[in-house]
Amino acid sequence: MFKWVLKGLKTGIVTTLYPDKDESAPGASPGLPLGQKDNKEEVLSVVSRCPTGALSRYDHQITVDYELCVHCFRCVRRIKDPIDWQNGYEWAASTAESAAGGHKLGKAFRRSLHIRVVDAGACGACLSEIEQINKPYYNMHRLGFFITPTPRDADVLLVAGPVTDHMRMPLKKAYDAMPTPKGVVAVGTCALSGGVFGPSFASGAGVSELIPVDIMIPGCPPPPLAIIHGLLVMVERRRSSSLTSPKSQAEGRHHV
Amino acid sequence: MIELNGNNTLIFSDLPEVIAKRWHGQVRASLDVKEFLCLIECEASHVPDLCNWLFSELGYSLASLIIEELPSYWLLRYVFYGEPGSGQIHVSLQSSKSEKTIPSISRFVHTADWFEREAEDLFGLVFEGHPRLGDFVLHEEWPEGVNPMRTAFDASCPYIHRELDPDWRPHRIVKAPGAFMMPIGPVFSDAAESAHFLLETVGEDVIRTIPRFFYKYRGVEKIAEGRSIGRALLLSERFSGTSAFAHSLAFCQAIEKIFRIDVSVRVRALRIILAELERLRHHIAAIAAICNSTAFAVATSQASIFEEEALRLTCTLTGHRYLFGLNAPGGLSMDFSEQAFRSLADAVYKLFNKLSELKEMLRFSSSFLDRLEEVGIVSRELAFAYGLVGPIARASGIARDLRKVLPYSGYENIAFDVPGEQESDGYARLRLLFSEAEQSVNIIRNVALSMPDGEVTPPRFEVTPGSALGWAEAPRGATFHWVRIRGDGRVGRYRLTTPSFTNWHGFHLASEDFAFQDFPIIMATFGLSNAECDR
Repeated sequence: MFKWVLKGLKTGIVTTLYPDKDESAPGASPGLPLGQKDNKEEVLSVVSRCPTGALSRYDHQITVDYELCVHCFRCVRRIKDPIDWQNGYEWAASTAESAAGGHKLGKAFRRSLHIRVVDAGACGACLSEIEQINKPYYNMHRLGFFITPTPRDADVLLVAGPVTDHMRMPLKKAYDAMPTPKGVVAVGTCALSGGVFGPSFASGAGVSELIPVDIMIPGCPPPPLAIIHGLLVMVERRRSSSLTSPKSQAEGRHHV
Repeated sequence: MIELNGNNTLIFSDLPEVIAKRWHGQVRASLDVKEFLCLIECEASHVPDLCNWLFSELGYSLASLIIEELPSYWLLRYVFYGEPGSGQIHVSLQSSKSEKTIPSISRFVHTADWFEREAEDLFGLVFEGHPRLGDFVLHEEWPEGVNPMRTAFDASCPYIHRELDPDWRPHRIVKAPGAFMMPIGPVFSDAAESAHFLLETVGEDVIRTIPRFFYKYRGVEKIAEGRSIGRALLLSERFSGTSAFAHSLAFCQAIEKIFRIDVSVRVRALRIILAELERLRHHIAAIAAICNSTAFAVATSQASIFEEEALRLTCTLTGHRYLFGLNAPGGLSMDFSEQAFRSLADAVYKLFNKLSELKEMLRFSSSFLDRLEEVGIVSRELAFAYGLVGPIARASGIARDLRKVLPYSGYENIAFDVPGEQESDGYARLRLLFSEAEQSVNIIRNVALSMPDGEVTPPRFEVTPGSALGWAEAPRGATFHWVRIRGDGRVGRYRLTTPSFTNWHGFHLASEDFAFQDFPIIMATFGLSNAECDR
């Protein structure tokens, strides 16, 4: 066993410095399209190339609805006038309801949060990214975040997937079994809007149809840093982002 | 050349003649030499006999059962594939719409067991002679007689649930003093995918495993119907995010075959690189999961570091960590520079060196090996009977790999080995993951450093109705995508056969007769995805 201890020590620390410092390593995030002013000739063709309706033209602007964007890159590749692209990862947004009424989780949770993960029909990529936050590069334990095996100990429910018909009951049971105060974080485009799958006969249009959602993390899948950002927003250690670009008060499907 | 049981061989091109003689001209067989395909058309009564002959005497495996509801008849297609050089065989059966009974082949070809159960649930067809039809894909809250894959079913609205009997209890087979049932799932204690297992036991050993899947059934085959090709491509990538590239490749190859699109040599080479990069990343993640299942913290951390490095490498090269948004019918959405290939070749080589070091350290960690060796054994005979695919089959001595058996995308021009193991246990599967990762690294380096020139932009193509089968060796094993395009250029049928579906069928073989504490380890060495299985 000694050689393993030595191996571990020799590897050193690879963990990101986020949230104290921004992470700039290449490949940590796929980025998202940015809304922009309607001053280009090809603007309509960019909007019409979006297969999920995430892009729309609104009052001389292209607006991006992140609840619908699935990272297909059709608005940026193989066209003359690609849309602008942002390479950040602080994408998580607090929902309007809880922003108005204050957060349900109090100050006591700021540095200790226990998380229960429910797979409500995710494709595997979101779950893989959730697993990464528990691994050396992101290591959420340093922030006081832990995955717990039982909903009875959980403060936050992390849900990925469009909520398939067969997962409705297990998800509801897990939510009901959690003690109050409790929060729900929806991870990934499917959990926000149903993504490419829902709504249909077999899956819903996202988690908020079934249980109240506090934090929404867009992305297909959201990179691990975006999920960490979502958890930090949950405990008010980081500011909420917007689910539309450009940020606006009036637009967006349900939330600011 | 097909090796028969015994020492005889059969030439592939002789098949139609042999079949005509054997069934006295009642079964029609024709050859498509270019596609290396033998199409057999026959009556329902001949299907079991014919499939039995192909499976037990000619050594073919059942790849998929494709069912289509066409306006005037049912079309069933049993797809078989075998060793390199034995091509593929499609047994096609037309049945009138009023006929709902089809003879079951599962008592001869056990692989068909789950295919037939699935078809009974989704199409309402009855497979005569099948011992266990009933709730499978659709759980008990679905009303009887509702079959979502029928063309008349409206896929856009939710269905009405039926009332369930609250006193219902699962049927117990193990009856002994102290016998009990242990439920696991559908929600697991970590970030595992949803599935349910009922384990029957009298104490320490798992005597019977009753798995229940399709908690994640999103009806992908149904919601693809009537969609445009571009929209169906999104589904093919996103129904199983951890093997997105392999599945979108199989889909694109089916489309390319229907519209007879020529794919440039550069696109073929690029697709090989990206598919192997996905395999490398998947295998590293599977190795990390196996280390994690034995609670071996340092090894898990090491493998997890490599996994994140592979993800970042993929994202730096392609813009996405899971290779979404790359494949398109006839081409790719982006091209790469010579510099990018050189740095990719360097990066995978470095990753491989670190992985080899980990392998050597694990090889001499006896406490770790104790958990894997002689655990979760699937014998070669049973693996063949269940038609298992991918690393699991190859660890049980069945060295079938679609890249060699039915080469696609230019794999026939590339030198690589298909590693095999004979021990059939958890450790054999771990070793196999390491050897396959090594092969993937070699392929990436060889192809990246001799990249042919050419155009990668998808060409414009004329849309014509038709159907074709596309396939790929996904990281978890063989996947087959059957696509039918309607006259209006939209998808008429999209049938997905995935390695996780095929392999979960045989999972109970590995988990039975082992202790409870081995169960998570056996699951990790199988490394299957429920999203890929449930669709």
